[in-house]
Amino acid sequence: MTILGQLDFPPISHLTRWPNFWFEGTPFAVNKTVLIYIAAVVLTLAFFFAAGRRAQLVPKGVQNMAESSLEFVRDGIILQTMGPEGMRYLPFLTAMFFFIFFANIFEIVPFIQFPGNASFAVPLILAGLVWIIFNVVGVVRQGPFGYLKNELFPPGVPKALYLLVTPIEFVSVFLVRPFSLAIRLFANMLAGHLILATFALLCAALFSTTLLVVILPFSFGLLIALTAFEILVAGLQAFIFTILTGVYVGSSMNPEH
Amino acid sequence: MLDLVLLAQQGAGELQSGLTAIGRGIVYGGAAIGPGIGIGLVVGNAITAMARQPESAGTVRTTMFLGIAFTEALALFGFVLTFIVSG
Repeated sequence: MTILGQLDFPPISHLTRWPNFWFEGTPFAVNKTVLIYIAAVVLTLAFFFAAGRRAQLVPKGVQNMAESSLEFVRDGIILQTMGPEGMRYLPFLTAMFFFIFFANIFEIVPFIQFPGNASFAVPLILAGLVWIIFNVVGVVRQGPFGYLKNELFPPGVPKALYLLVTPIEFVSVFLVRPFSLAIRLFANMLAGHLILATFALLCAALFSTTLLVVILPFSFGLLIALTAFEILVAGLQAFIFTILTGVYVGSSMNPEH
Repeated sequence: MLDLVLLAQQGAGELQSGLTAIGRGIVYGGAAIGPGIGIGLVVGNAITAMARQPESAGTVRTTMFLGIAFTEALALFGFVLTFIVSG
């Protein structure tokens, strides 16, 4: 049992906070998370510039991947949630999908191994952007009073129940929506990062000459399996963030009558 | 009870951190019960729908992920609250 005494799990802040190394002391200080986000932006730009630079009639290589990803966003997200008139959001949603995906995928890149979205700031900013967009779209499409009426007084409810329904709808639409959007992305990536860190620490503690070393292959195998699972999670969370944006903006565009 | 008070006077810091750990466990455990059942219902019914009507599997899958995302949010609130709970 002494071996498990060596397994001291570090405080959470050791796993998620990184020291600043450039521009320290200014609001523009750069640490590992910032570098990951910059890399995500650069990768997203490079992917689509490489795809569009020498566009051919018959796509191949990078262009093929970019076109099928655009098709996926169009058929899987926009047409299912907003309908054909949501096509103007195609560039926004595609860029957001790839930005989140590239920031997430650094969770499993060797020697970097930190998902950018495991810090709360950027998911919150993205969710705030989505909040502004779906409110502005709702006000523009339905007028300020029509929008509030459709969101806060859903039709088909008995009059007396509005006393109960309206406050709930207000909290759920204007407060819980952006926070749940941000927390869903942030907490999923943080949880994945913690699980991988836990199993890596366990492997390191079991790497010894005592009898407990027989557990090491199982722990290591689970670490590999969970790393593969995190690839799935990184893609899935980017997809879910994007499709929920589509659902929210779509519900402001076409209210249920 | 008296023992607890005495203990609190002696090692207040240790007791507090221990109770905080218990509280964190309760917060996350409680938050995970409902969403666990909920996600089970969502996925189970989605599988039933896909088995009955395989041609609509694509639509059902998208809706299933949406349902999972909405249900899962509650568990994630609990997960985040675990870190906010402090001694």
